[in-house]
Amino acid sequence: MSNTTTTAIDPAAWIRRQSRWSALEVAFWLAALLPFYFFPTYLMLASQIAVAALFAISVDLILGYAGIVTLGHAMFFGIGAYTAGLLSAKAGWGEPISGLLIAGAMAGAVGFVVSFLIVRVQHLALIMVTLGLGLLTYELANAMSWLTGGTDGLRGIDIWPIFGLFRFDLWGYTAYSYTLAVLFLGFLAARRIVNSSFGLALRGIRENVRRMPAIGSPYRRHLQAIYTISAAIAGLAGGLLTQTTNTVALESLSFQRSADVVVMLILGGTGRLYGAVLGALVFLLVRDRLSGVNPQYWYFWIGLMLMVVVLFMPKGILGGLTRLAGRTKG
Amino acid sequence: MNANLVIVLFDGFAFGMLLFVLSVGLSVTLGLMNFINLAHGAFGMLGGYVAVTAMRQLGFPFLLALPTAFLAAALVSVVFERTLFRRLYRAGELNQVLFTIGLVFVSAAAATYVFGTGQQPIVLPDWLRGSVVVGELRFGVYRIFLIAMALAITALLVFGLERTRLGARIRAAVDNQRVAQGLGINVDRIFAVTFALGSGLAGLGGALAVEIVGLDPSFGFHYLVYVLIVVAVGGLGSVTGSFVGAALLGIGDVAGKYFVPEIGSFLIYLMLVAILLVRPLGLFGKR
Repeated sequence: MSNTTTTAIDPAAWIRRQSRWSALEVAFWLAALLPFYFFPTYLMLASQIAVAALFAISVDLILGYAGIVTLGHAMFFGIGAYTAGLLSAKAGWGEPISGLLIAGAMAGAVGFVVSFLIVRVQHLALIMVTLGLGLLTYELANAMSWLTGGTDGLRGIDIWPIFGLFRFDLWGYTAYSYTLAVLFLGFLAARRIVNSSFGLALRGIRENVRRMPAIGSPYRRHLQAIYTISAAIAGLAGGLLTQTTNTVALESLSFQRSADVVVMLILGGTGRLYGAVLGALVFLLVRDRLSGVNPQYWYFWIGLMLMVVVLFMPKGILGGLTRLAGRTKG
Repeated sequence: MNANLVIVLFDGFAFGMLLFVLSVGLSVTLGLMNFINLAHGAFGMLGGYVAVTAMRQLGFPFLLALPTAFLAAALVSVVFERTLFRRLYRAGELNQVLFTIGLVFVSAAAATYVFGTGQQPIVLPDWLRGSVVVGELRFGVYRIFLIAMALAITALLVFGLERTRLGARIRAAVDNQRVAQGLGINVDRIFAVTFALGSGLAGLGGALAVEIVGLDPSFGFHYLVYVLIVVAVGGLGSVTGSFVGAALLGIGDVAGKYFVPEIGSFLIYLMLVAILLVRPLGLFGKR
């Protein structure tokens, strides 16, 4: 028996250290409560941001950590949105929390099936398969307009008060509290996942797919697991959007939404969870500001931001900030 | 019913040939440098706008507007390639996808700024209008012209790739870049030339497309999906593959929209996913 392992870092301790909460993180989540006091008229926007952030986290899990480039993740967002909507509009069940869980489970189930296809392809074919599946789901929902309402959107959704107590109000107090709580729980789950040995295995896959089986790591099963989890979280985000806006549009499945979420993630920075939250915040705030001025040119700025980020800030806004902070510390 | 079938096949094939001209350049450049250029459709859009403007403002005849579109797209693309794209060849597919999608967004906004969001009409010369009547079938003259153009381009490309020195260099670089470099082939320059030619073809395709599918600022985005399907299904770096892929997609698209309008697009995407799962490298892909 050799004794070399004692000199190396204990992996369990390393993971524990990685997963410790920093003061900055606590401050960040406390800051998420500020809109209640300072911007009470923007609570609906804040709630939309929380939904987008949860969706971006789901994409970060597969794109940022496992390296699966996807242009079709709106598929799961939309499945969650329609599941939550149909439960209320067609089945008459408006209880929000169980409805949300069912939406997540449904998207997760579809994600599990799709994951068998995803692990078979790489590079351009992978991008095209995710894109194709996303477009396919959109067309399917469009063709099944008897169920989904087609381009008119799904109407007649009535969500009951949370716990039978908190009614969804016009100002969005309940909506933001609810979406923020779910976002936080989803974030905790994602944080737990990426700071585990499973999360490390995913990063290994991202860095070098061929080497993972060589060290005895079943990379296909890992990819399938994270893809399913990611789909379920995206479904939760979709369900949240339905429950807080009482409507489902075909747009929730669109390519635009798949592209937007990747843009948010890239702006914020991939592979660091907070990048997803920050990206969603910046994206929606800027859109809210700019689309008021001239909506036609909103995509000019998004395109320009993307190009600048790719060329000069490969790790996104958060990566750039981290580097700046590191520089000032010396 | 039979007559309908013939016309659908004919229209579909013509549409497929249009898609071929639009996408073959991307197939070759992707095979050459593995650079995923989602802005390829934007160069097509540029060609369309150049052709429309040249005809309307400068009074160019249609046949002169086509090469103008080709040249404009080729020139602009080579400027982008030399200054921006080349920084991204080793940057990973995600960065390439994002950067070029950013470019599509910017180009769409720029087109909106200059031309507005409306459809740009094109006035064809008389000899390209109307249709040829065979028995009870009516074949659009413009579509016949389109097919003839595409076949001529295919012949030129195949001849150029198989029989000329430049073609041999391109094939060598596609097959194995490092060995080609080692043999003294300037892969960097080969790529710039190929990129310009490919984008030029996209520009030509864009100019040809105005009559069939119209032209507005969403062109680059809308046809991106079609172009990508052709490239992915056909296989990278294969002219034959792009030809077959484009013909299949064109016929499938027109037939689907004609016979089963409800689920036509659905069937196209289903076919795309199915083909890629069975053959991840495309029908004619080698690697």
